[in-house]
Amino acid sequence: MTDSAFPRGSLSDAFPRGSLSDAFPRGSLSDAFPRGSLSERSETKRVERGAQRRDETPTEVQASTPSGRSTRFVSPSARSTPREEAARGESKRPAPHVTVDEVELAAELTGDTDTTATPAVAEYALWLGDDALILSQQLGGWIAHAPELEEDVALGNIALDLLGHARSLLHYASTAWAGTTDGRSEDDLAYFRDEADFRSAWLFEQPNGDFAQTIARQLTASAYMFELYSALRASKDATLAAVAEKALKEVDYHRDHAVQWTLRLAGGTEESRRRIIRALRDVWPYVDELFRDEPLIDELGGIAARPSTLRPGFDAAIAAVFTEAELDIPDVSASSGGGRRGRHFPTMGHLLAEMQVLARQHPGASW
Amino acid sequence: MVTKTTTRRAHAWAVAATVTDPEIPVLTIEDLGVLRDVTIDHETVIVTLTPTYSGCPALDAMRDDVVLALTAVGFDDVEVRTTLSPAWTTDWMTDAGKQKLRDYGIAPPHARAATLRQAQGAQGPVRLQLAVKCPRCGSLDTREVARFGSTSCKALFECRACLEPFDHFKVL
Repeated sequence: MTDSAFPRGSLSDAFPRGSLSDAFPRGSLSDAFPRGSLSERSETKRVERGAQRRDETPTEVQASTPSGRSTRFVSPSARSTPREEAARGESKRPAPHVTVDEVELAAELTGDTDTTATPAVAEYALWLGDDALILSQQLGGWIAHAPELEEDVALGNIALDLLGHARSLLHYASTAWAGTTDGRSEDDLAYFRDEADFRSAWLFEQPNGDFAQTIARQLTASAYMFELYSALRASKDATLAAVAEKALKEVDYHRDHAVQWTLRLAGGTEESRRRIIRALRDVWPYVDELFRDEPLIDELGGIAARPSTLRPGFDAAIAAVFTEAELDIPDVSASSGGGRRGRHFPTMGHLLAEMQVLARQHPGASW
Repeated sequence: MVTKTTTRRAHAWAVAATVTDPEIPVLTIEDLGVLRDVTIDHETVIVTLTPTYSGCPALDAMRDDVVLALTAVGFDDVEVRTTLSPAWTTDWMTDAGKQKLRDYGIAPPHARAATLRQAQGAQGPVRLQLAVKCPRCGSLDTREVARFGSTSCKALFECRACLEPFDHFKVL
């Protein structure tokens, strides 16, 4: 590759050497959050992103930002050299000639860029998206800490699938605000909402605990999600139906993973059996909340999957596993829950702080 | 005019189809069934991709590679869209793609997802597992070491005949 192929500086220019603190100007959390409405915050964030991109040498690296998903590339200088270059077969990646002139935030994954969610549908998408997001964030905590290497990989993979579901759903929810001054991206929804604005159910907010507790949470969560997405495939809302169709196959695999571990722990040693029994007892109070019909569901007939109708399928799947594992349904009373109305389990604040701190401390940072 | 557009579209498809999976570089996105559509709208080439798994990070790399491949041959305005529907399945993988996987040492999806789903029957949470053939020695005497592998789409197996570990591209 000749120098002329990198007309605007080498790759190392794009990544100025220096300490992390040079790259990210220091500031307190309050600097990062100019007081004001959410829309102002979003505005700031976007401008900073744009500025950052313009300052840097355009290379393929800039093309993949965490939230610049649906990316429209226009290459003004593409007429001359890349064609010659391709003719010489020199470069598969003529990166330096690609500039990102316009990055639309996140039209990805729903595929259907014209569809916007109504406020009620958006609220429902937040329920499901937040469940997936919070569970994904928690499972990420197992990476490098699981009892065996294979489980690091397995839980990491499950977390990744769930993050994919969360992105699709939060992105869809964000379309409800599209075109208003309060335009929010999926990233805004994940990183810049406070606890009371989250809609996740308490089951997903239960701490990882020991491995048995995580498996008990996975078993109940994935059995619920399996029923949920099975039903949601028939939604009149095409976007929700598409997300469900995709998610179902993955959740099916997650459920299988949890079932296998439940059987192993229940049928393993005295200690493993004691722990899974205790763990199931710990998570069981939070099962009922998943199947409560909130008023929102009445507004979404034919669109949402009515939670109470998912219970028989859930019970049947659990019964099959418990019979084989010789476990009993824990005899505990249900928690009041309240996640769908913005009231959360006490550990939620810490979880959000950890999940959101980087994005809030350094708005627009990409890595 | 129609002919010109058709030719440009075929050309764009052919170029987009050369992009490979960043994790499994022997497979093109066409082999995988990830490349769904290429259309031409005036000067803009619109390429539609579908993710294999919802959270697959390789999609970002594939999207960027598609743009780079097309701009390299002179398409100046390229838009990549992603769609979830219809949901991707390993049934879309081409036979050529499966052979490439085998040659690369990865056991390809060993059954049609649609058939397997039927065979497993309705709702039972206990799943039927068919034997996976070792890509090296062809033995069916293999066992699953881990349900999840190095990427979302793979599981880790080992062959009890030749004792080699190998990746299996899961049926989805």
